[in-house]
Amino acid sequence: MTGRTGGANGSRGPVAVPGSEPGAAKILARDFKFWYGSVPALKGISLEVAPGEQLTIMGPTGSGKTTFLRCLNRLNDLVPGTRFEGSLLIDGRDVYRPGTDVDDLRRRVGMVFALPIPLPMSIFDNVAYGPRLHGVRGRRLAELVERSLRAAALWDEVKDRLGDSAFSLSGGQQQRLSIARVLAVEPEIILMDEPCSGLDPISTLRVEETVEQLRGKYTIVFVTHNPQQAARLGGRVAFFYLGELVECAPAAQLFTRPRDRRTEDYISGRFG
Amino acid sequence: MILRSRQRDRLMRGVLTASAVLAVGVLVLIVGYVLWQGLPVLSRAFLLEPPAKMGRAGGIFPTIVGTVLLTAGAVVVAAPLGVATAIYLAEYAHQGRLVSLIRFGTESLAGIPSIIFGVFGFLFFVIYLGMGWSVLSGALTLAGMILPTIIRTAEEAMLAVPRAYREVSYSLGGSRWQTITRVVLPNALPGILTGIMLGVGRSVGETAAVIFTAGASLRVPHSVLDPVRTMSVHFYLLAREGISMRNAYGTAAVLVLSVLAVNFVAYYLMHRHLARLRGAGR
Amino acid sequence: MKGRESLIRRLLMVVAFSSLSLLALIALFIFAGGIPIMVEEGPVEFLAGTRWAPTRGHFGILPMIVGSLWVTAGALVLGVPVALACAIYLSELASESVGRVVKPALELLAGIPSVVYGFLGLVLLVPLIRKFLGGPGFSVLAAACVLAVMILPTVTSVSYDALRAVPSAYREGSLALGATRWQTIRMSVLPAARSGILAGVILGLGRAVGETMAVIMVAGNATLVPLSPLDPVRTLTSNIALELGYAAGKHREALFATGVVLFLIIMALNLVAGAVAGRGKVR
Repeated sequence: MTGRTGGANGSRGPVAVPGSEPGAAKILARDFKFWYGSVPALKGISLEVAPGEQLTIMGPTGSGKTTFLRCLNRLNDLVPGTRFEGSLLIDGRDVYRPGTDVDDLRRRVGMVFALPIPLPMSIFDNVAYGPRLHGVRGRRLAELVERSLRAAALWDEVKDRLGDSAFSLSGGQQQRLSIARVLAVEPEIILMDEPCSGLDPISTLRVEETVEQLRGKYTIVFVTHNPQQAARLGGRVAFFYLGELVECAPAAQLFTRPRDRRTEDYISGRFG
Repeated sequence: MILRSRQRDRLMRGVLTASAVLAVGVLVLIVGYVLWQGLPVLSRAFLLEPPAKMGRAGGIFPTIVGTVLLTAGAVVVAAPLGVATAIYLAEYAHQGRLVSLIRFGTESLAGIPSIIFGVFGFLFFVIYLGMGWSVLSGALTLAGMILPTIIRTAEEAMLAVPRAYREVSYSLGGSRWQTITRVVLPNALPGILTGIMLGVGRSVGETAAVIFTAGASLRVPHSVLDPVRTMSVHFYLLAREGISMRNAYGTAAVLVLSVLAVNFVAYYLMHRHLARLRGAGR
Repeated sequence: MKGRESLIRRLLMVVAFSSLSLLALIALFIFAGGIPIMVEEGPVEFLAGTRWAPTRGHFGILPMIVGSLWVTAGALVLGVPVALACAIYLSELASESVGRVVKPALELLAGIPSVVYGFLGLVLLVPLIRKFLGGPGFSVLAAACVLAVMILPTVTSVSYDALRAVPSAYREGSLALGATRWQTIRMSVLPAARSGILAGVILGLGRAVGETMAVIMVAGNATLVPLSPLDPVRTLTSNIALELGYAAGKHREALFATGVVLFLIIMALNLVAGAVAGRGKVR
């Protein structure tokens, strides 16, 4: 596993992480650059994520974390005037290759947004929305919904009111509903874009617990601007700053012995 | 100096208030007067019987049928076309020459006076296509008239659906058409219905475009190629030829009530829908 | 799946052109119907000729052009100040709840069919004018009054929206400097809303020019150039509506030609309105 720094400050050598197998990466970014119009948002990101691994991307606002996620599931296609260079591979295949089935990609690469966005329908219909898109019906659908709600640690709280509007749930519950919604399409990768940013501390902990349980079964990329949260989650942490990947290392190592001055400043709260 | 500007301020406030009262008052008076004179004329017989002696006596039933047929026909044609156009403008193409052209067409159509539609309908449907004065000619002409309204309202309704809902659908692997039919349209429906109701309201009151395309026959039509008279045309003829002031007021009352009812439903739908979206959407 | 998506997209695009196609079709048929006689008679003779006696071969529509001008100008002079005052009152002076009730009420009233306005003008206004001001009662004045009332809801509504769109900072800043409400309105709010209000006026103008049925019922429809507001008048729109029912041959073509003139005037107004609204947005 390597994390490489890019950009004008000069490269440091690759940091090897034990227990990895080159070539088996689930997600592989190779010098990936991205522009919104003429504004560069990603300036050459290279990193790998192993199958079943949980990678935390940490950094201040505007560092390109969300942009990177939205490139992985090509949600940025909805924004006009964007441009990219380099490659973004999932399971060894380039995400931006012409002829890619984007809808299928988005099913396999699920996303949980920063604000819980329940669709204006019942709790059941929210979770069932995804599978219904892909033709799942009847018994199988009901089982899938229950399984997803259990995996998101929400089943016990809503099992008696699946027909209620999703807006009747609290913020934390709605976010777990969003997670259930994503799980229902049986993705392989789950992208989580600051999912706890609108939540109170207790709901935040519940969501983090859920993420912990999902680890291993799914490949997770978790974005946060909060160093404490990154530290709590463990796993490897990639520090993004102004569109660059500054450094990437296991949490313990990054927080005790950061290699880059910028990382150190960020962790100690000097900016961001 | 200060005294003068304060005096002027009070004067102008008075003028403005008076003008507002005048404006609203005149309009309310108009409706009130028509209803005051016309409501007594209304009865079951008036609404369900055909006219006798060219409208001097009897009821207005065939004209009610005419209005309903033409309006329904116009909506049946214009609603799908209008909603499809609005879907294209709101969800597929946003800028560029093509879109500007379409918008130019829609906005221009909206400003074309009804008499021009009447002349066009006469030239194109009645004569060129050989449909003659008929329900069909009238309905198609009216469809063209209400098309811009439906497009405009439907597009606004779709754009009001929060972008976040679309992103959720896409991120779950939904295609664009699936997102439109499962998320955008259901949430935009009240707004779209409002636009359709506004179109209905306009059709009900339309005279110039109808009289030259649907004719003025007082018989209940048996096919879409038969001519028909609408309430507004009947009202116009009664009033202008001085046939029967009493029946004219009665017809006017029905007209005004219909239009008020339709528009009221339209605005009620719209406001309730907006409140729901605002309250629920995040 | 992919093929279906692009098919749907292409289908929708074709349908989306329906409004533009309809516009083109309308232009095509109106022009095809009316241009030949304009060319034959000569456009100058047609537009500037003062005699309209189509059964005897005279096709001058100047009286109608002048008639439309008078009536429309009168409608604006009578209607716009009142509409603007009403809009200012609702936006700046009245409380929120009053505005919330009155505005939808105005929009409801905008839907009243034009024939109803014309009818009331016929039974109420025309006799009044005849009694107190003389003349036949059927006059430019009657038509202008009826049209003024008809464009009230439209102009008020659009002006109200334009005034509401002015940020409250404008008002607060002016009041903080010690200006009275009226001074604030006149010098701060109105100028800022100017292009929106202008767009509303042009909209009202378009409606007035295009109105047919109401005008026919109160204007008298004489084919002479009106010399005073109490003279009867015929507009371009009335000209068409009155005679299309029984006209034939060249007479009919002349009516189509009147339609051509009307169409061009309306399109020109649309372009001006678009330019005004566009400019306002850039600001």
